[in-house]
Amino acid sequence: MSERITGAEAICRALLAEGVDTIFGYPGGQIMPFYDKLYDFTDSLRHILTRHEQGAVHAAQGYARASGRVGVVTVTSGPAATNVITGLGDANIDCTPIVVITGQVGVASLGTDAFQETDVIGITQPITKWAYQIRRPEEIPWAMARAFYIATTGRPGAVVLDITRDAQVGTLDWSYKKTNYIRSYNPAPELQPGEIISAAALINRSERPLILSGHGVMLSEAEADLLALAEKADIPVATTLLGLSTIPSDHPLNKGMVGMHGNIGPNIATNNADVILAIGMRFDDRVTGVIKSYAPQAKIIHIDIDSAEFNKNVKAHIAIHADAKTALRGLLPQINKADRKEWLATFDRPEKVEQAEVIERETDPKDLGPESPMRMGEVVRKLSEATGNKAIVVTDVGQNQMMSARYSSYTMPKSLITSGGLGTMGFCLPAAIGAKLAEPSREVLAFMGDGGFQMTMQELGTILEYRIGVKMVLLNNNYLGNVRQWQAMFYNNRFSATPMVNPDFVAIAAAYGIPAEDVSCRAELDSAIARMAAHDGAYLLNVNIDPTDMVFPMVTPGSAIDNILINATDKYEA
Amino acid sequence: MEKKQLFTISVFTENQVGLLNRISIIFTRRGLNLESVSSSASSVHGIHKMNFTCNSDRETMEKVISQIERCIDVLRAFLYTDDEIVYQEVALYKVPTQKLLDEKDFERIIRVHNARILELTREYTILEKTGHESETQALYELLAKYGILQFIRSGRICITKSPTEHFTRYLEEQEARGKALCGSSEE
Repeated sequence: MSERITGAEAICRALLAEGVDTIFGYPGGQIMPFYDKLYDFTDSLRHILTRHEQGAVHAAQGYARASGRVGVVTVTSGPAATNVITGLGDANIDCTPIVVITGQVGVASLGTDAFQETDVIGITQPITKWAYQIRRPEEIPWAMARAFYIATTGRPGAVVLDITRDAQVGTLDWSYKKTNYIRSYNPAPELQPGEIISAAALINRSERPLILSGHGVMLSEAEADLLALAEKADIPVATTLLGLSTIPSDHPLNKGMVGMHGNIGPNIATNNADVILAIGMRFDDRVTGVIKSYAPQAKIIHIDIDSAEFNKNVKAHIAIHADAKTALRGLLPQINKADRKEWLATFDRPEKVEQAEVIERETDPKDLGPESPMRMGEVVRKLSEATGNKAIVVTDVGQNQMMSARYSSYTMPKSLITSGGLGTMGFCLPAAIGAKLAEPSREVLAFMGDGGFQMTMQELGTILEYRIGVKMVLLNNNYLGNVRQWQAMFYNNRFSATPMVNPDFVAIAAAYGIPAEDVSCRAELDSAIARMAAHDGAYLLNVNIDPTDMVFPMVTPGSAIDNILINATDKYEA
Repeated sequence: MEKKQLFTISVFTENQVGLLNRISIIFTRRGLNLESVSSSASSVHGIHKMNFTCNSDRETMEKVISQIERCIDVLRAFLYTDDEIVYQEVALYKVPTQKLLDEKDFERIIRVHNARILELTREYTILEKTGHESETQALYELLAKYGILQFIRSGRICITKSPTEHFTRYLEEQEARGKALCGSSEE
């Protein structure tokens, strides 16, 4: 005879069976049966009580992105369920495996506008990979197994399980089997040899190939395979924002990031390339610029595990339906050794121009003295170097994000965690908490603006309670900087609703027992960084940033990807 | 811009709650109006078949099909133009009986349009006609002058003209994949 247990206990046991040891969450009415049972599992399931449900889901995202493991969230019904919506949308668009369990009112109350009832499935369907309501306890093992399988395989994503009170308090005969098969869902399609052969032929014939390495390379842990192929065929590699750290920053074939605030070289090369090998990326509009003038000379080989991405934004001449690792391993033996010195040399000039006109101004601003506020690039670069370029960099959204992405250096994979698709302000602090819990041995640098920090700064409470050693850097310009930049460039300097009157951030950190300091001018930066680096535990630097600092290069909206501003007035001339 | 035309989308799904919503929001997101919807059991036990019609261009519809197929519990989605399928709709018309009795053309209308009388009372008569939308609409317009009390037209149902059953083959492949993975085709 199998054991009779409650649904609440079945959830706990299923989590353990799926290898979960950390949960981010917040209790409340309709999830209380689970939380009561969780009390018995304290030794095996670590629960991190965030200060807001949005914090819980972003923390789970940070945990998943840093480790490659699934992030788990448990919250109650109603407002708690609606508070996780932003994180669900964010995780799903950025292919982050998370399983979010929401409590739900009793079955008899469903559809009656009962207290804290909300239509969780109806609300979450458009922004999840799978959303399912559990009404009976016997469904729990089946649905939990499915949830973890769906969240983690294929193109990873967000899964919601809406578990009614009845299912939690009712009982079932316990038996659990992990799933590796769903009839309607094949996350590991067989590699089609025909496509591999034609793709290889195209690459071997090409004179100006360019690799675009996306998040999919990281998700399938294909970094070594990417490098092997790039080196064998001597192909320059550019990454998307979420593809940063799939190839070390200092590798000679790494030509930087593509997109709106990407590097000049790869953006120019995009429109000169004759073949683009796009791996695990989805041709987002921030990557392509205006689509009709994107990569006009290139035949596009698109590798993706999600076949719905093929031809969605950019027409694929060859579509390889596979994960990055499987496809790259299939391609490698078919690819000829090559030497593309001439093509690679075309990156030199844009690199030199960007270095002189953009990068030096940001990282070594000779036009500003030691008593002046700082530029974001110099702060980011110094902090990255202070960690030996080994940190996990977590960013918020806006100028701080682009500057952190651009001026950090990456020496190992899974080193940048940022909200790419959704662009969620407030993402950074909780995501950094999750990242640090997942990878306690790595330094976690959280770069935020003063705007984004204040969207989720209640999570300082989580840092306090669990002593999470996140190094926080506020790139504080007392403005919503990215919007300000657009107002300066496109809205005639009309700074509508972007200046911010800010609190004393050091005092706020102090209230949470977190050491912090104001860094008001350049002369103070090095010693402040040294003190933060030497401190074992959480630390906050509130860095005074020049509000006129802007992110360049920039492909302005509606422009072709090779139409690039190097400052507010001048374009890059090829 | 490619020309718009009417497409029929057939979707085979597992019998799971909420799938119709998950699928219809894919159309909604792109601002596509569904002309008709119908859903019923398919010829395969436990598998449902949904039919949608939608006016759009082929490129957009192909993207929609990919996004539908991406949904968990959707088995396959197919895109058809009218020449690839045999399709029908059913329309019901409720008209005042007295008006019909007074009309000398009444019998001819029913005969020419191949309509059936489902119910006849002193107050009203219910007619049924099966056919393409243009045909049920033609009858509607003839009856309109007598005053139509109620009218409803079903969503389009269709069967393909293709000699091979692509869906059946797909299902067999998936079952075989399941057997190879876990020794049985059961989830």
